[in-house]
Amino acid sequence: MNGVELPTWAALPAAILLVIGGVLALLGALGLLRMKDFYLRMHPPTMVTTLGAGCVLIASMLVSSALRGRPVIHEVLISIFLVLSAPVTAMLLMRAAVARLKKRASRE
Amino acid sequence: MNELFDHAAGFAALCFVLAMGCALVRLFIGPSAQDRVLAYDFMYINGMLTLLMLGIRSHSSVYFDMALLIAMFGFVSTIALAKFLLRGEVIEP
Repeated sequence: MNGVELPTWAALPAAILLVIGGVLALLGALGLLRMKDFYLRMHPPTMVTTLGAGCVLIASMLVSSALRGRPVIHEVLISIFLVLSAPVTAMLLMRAAVARLKKRASRE
Repeated sequence: MNELFDHAAGFAALCFVLAMGCALVRLFIGPSAQDRVLAYDFMYINGMLTLLMLGIRSHSSVYFDMALLIAMFGFVSTIALAKFLLRGEVIEP
């Protein structure tokens, strides 16, 4: 695409990492759709947030480094941000779910 | 080799779209409010991954900034929704 030829050492691992990321995203979505309980449903999207996003970010780093001819690592910013924000989100959502269940149980 | 790479990017885009469709179904049928928030969280992660994949494919660095912005705003809105579910109020006096 765009008439720029990617070298093989960047194109092949980037393609494999993109496929792995896509399959992980699909598996996480199927888990989100099919699990029975909210506490079970918390788990599959976490896999996509860490591992799937990590795969796509590494592929992006490889391709942009190969195109510029120097190491480009600004994608680390997104991965650091995701690693910092995913546990906070999961913990707050879980606490909200527990509090809502308790409130409903005390009302009945 | 570039052809293989383009096919891989297309496959990844298809997977992300299907994952967003599954999350949309969960968003509509989710029995409780926290299920909907979780599905929304998953959807913005998938949108960010799609933007990154488009950036890889078109060899442009503009998409990276958009992906970073989506990650930040999605995090803030998920935190706001979870806080609202927890306390009934987002910013407490």
